[in-house]
Amino acid sequence: MIALGPDEWEALRLSLKVAAVATLAALPLAIGVALLLARGRFPGRTLLDALVHLPLVLPPVVTGYLLLLAFGRRGPVGAWLEASLGIVLSFRWTGAALACAVMGFPLMVRAIRLSIESIDRRLEFAAGTLGAHPAWVFASVTLPLALPGVLAGAVLCFAKALGEFGATITFVSSIPGETRTLPAAIYAATQTPGGDPTALRLTAVAVLVSLLALAVSEWLARRVRRAVGGRE
Amino acid sequence: MRIARGGFLLACAFRADSGALALFGPSGSGKSTVLELIAGRLRPDAGFVRVDGETLVDVERGVFVPPHRRRVGMVFQDSLLFPHLSVRANLMFGRAFARGRRPVEPDAVIAMLGIGHLLQRRPAGLSGGERQRVAIGRALLSAPRLLLLDEPLAALDFERRQEIMPYVARLRDELAWPLVYVSHAIDEVARVAREVVVLEEGRVVAAGAPQDVLAPLHAPGAQGRFGAVSVIEARILGHDADYGLTMLEHPAGPISLPGTIGRPGDLHRLLVRATDVALAVQRPRDVSFRTVLLGTIRDVEIDDGPLARVEIALRGGGRLVSLVTRKAIDDLALDVGDDVFAMVKATALDERSMAYGPRVR
Repeated sequence: MIALGPDEWEALRLSLKVAAVATLAALPLAIGVALLLARGRFPGRTLLDALVHLPLVLPPVVTGYLLLLAFGRRGPVGAWLEASLGIVLSFRWTGAALACAVMGFPLMVRAIRLSIESIDRRLEFAAGTLGAHPAWVFASVTLPLALPGVLAGAVLCFAKALGEFGATITFVSSIPGETRTLPAAIYAATQTPGGDPTALRLTAVAVLVSLLALAVSEWLARRVRRAVGGRE
Repeated sequence: MRIARGGFLLACAFRADSGALALFGPSGSGKSTVLELIAGRLRPDAGFVRVDGETLVDVERGVFVPPHRRRVGMVFQDSLLFPHLSVRANLMFGRAFARGRRPVEPDAVIAMLGIGHLLQRRPAGLSGGERQRVAIGRALLSAPRLLLLDEPLAALDFERRQEIMPYVARLRDELAWPLVYVSHAIDEVARVAREVVVLEEGRVVAAGAPQDVLAPLHAPGAQGRFGAVSVIEARILGHDADYGLTMLEHPAGPISLPGTIGRPGDLHRLLVRATDVALAVQRPRDVSFRTVLLGTIRDVEIDDGPLARVEIALRGGGRLVSLVTRKAIDDLALDVGDDVFAMVKATALDERSMAYGPRVR
């Protein structure tokens, strides 16, 4: 077994927290945007599509810097958030979660959108002829049938968030105990003389966590497929 | 109503009061489009749809009731059951929205459709016939005021079709549920409908009682001859228990059906394949045919092919189409206006054709 020091435990704990919060916070918005992109016919749809995908193609440093400009204490959004709601994101773990959510968002939207697009729309029409309001049709037919995609999107986003480095370190730096996630801690260790054992231990932990996440997602996916696919 | 989609133009107008309307026509004639207009999946470019006195669409007056408030149930060719829900949950899906309407007892519907043993199953585990029965039940339990059936049997094989037909008949007769039945199969239409609207290329080409409009319009090719069917109506006279026959009377002559069906006095509709009708110029004697109907030749259609289509106006009303060889026409010198005896083999008649419901005049 690998014995971790308190700082290393802290990095692991923080990484899991940031990734989980990022995924959960991004999920409702991602479902909404995926639905809009899959079903909506409106001007600016292509623009929205491009905007969502931007973090996927931009250098992470650029994304992080843009976040800093917008959500920093002197940025327009950040200043407003602090003044009206008392929320500060810059150099806090919540800011790390925001950076991870933004980076994972395109992957999430993509997976959900694909699964929504693969649903036979006549099923929704059939639900309508039975008297169901469109909102109820979405909740009881569309969403359950899109569940495999929602799950896949969430797992992708979680995995991305665990590994996110560039945008996070640019936006919220690497403060031990606050924003020093696993990748940031590994990087810090490699930059410190004699930090190799730490870096190795954390690397092993990262591999382990990733494998575990994969296994859990595979198991969940199989369960959901059985529930949704309906084959006995 | 009128709607244009791509190169296809549908323009049709009809009204139906009998409670069992069939839209009949070849694929691409616009039957399903009409259903989608009634159900609200499509908006017409012009015209209106009214059900039960309520306007569902009226383009000129700017009325469009959204599908979920139309109370128009639909059964699809591929059933479209919700794959993630059990049969029971599928059946109950529309029930929450059916409050305050004509109550439909789930147990009664489940019993009528014979699907009680399937409730815990998932749609993927059902046979095609079972799926369609569940789909019918699901639509019924949402208590629609009108039930649309879009080629509900087209995806099934012959045996499965025979399995479902009686349920559709019970829907019409026992529950007296108003329905619109879409099909390109003449036997289904003849068994289900009280009135028929025939569509071709987006237009109504005929409308009326099945026995009046359901007859082959042209001499079919040598290969297509088995689909040519006409429909006649006769009253059940009684049963012959010894021989297991049902005797029917038609003004043109007696009709025998294998099996004992219906009650004396019931009107019964018979499907007669044109290939099963033989003709004689004199009253035939010493033949095995028990069904001999007197009529007058109204039309003889001949083309270059080996077959001729003879349309006979039966004594006392009704129309029967016979397919004979062109040679037989010449040998017997058959012509329009001649009296003929049309002979039908009893064994060729399908006793499962359905008796009329009580709502017929």
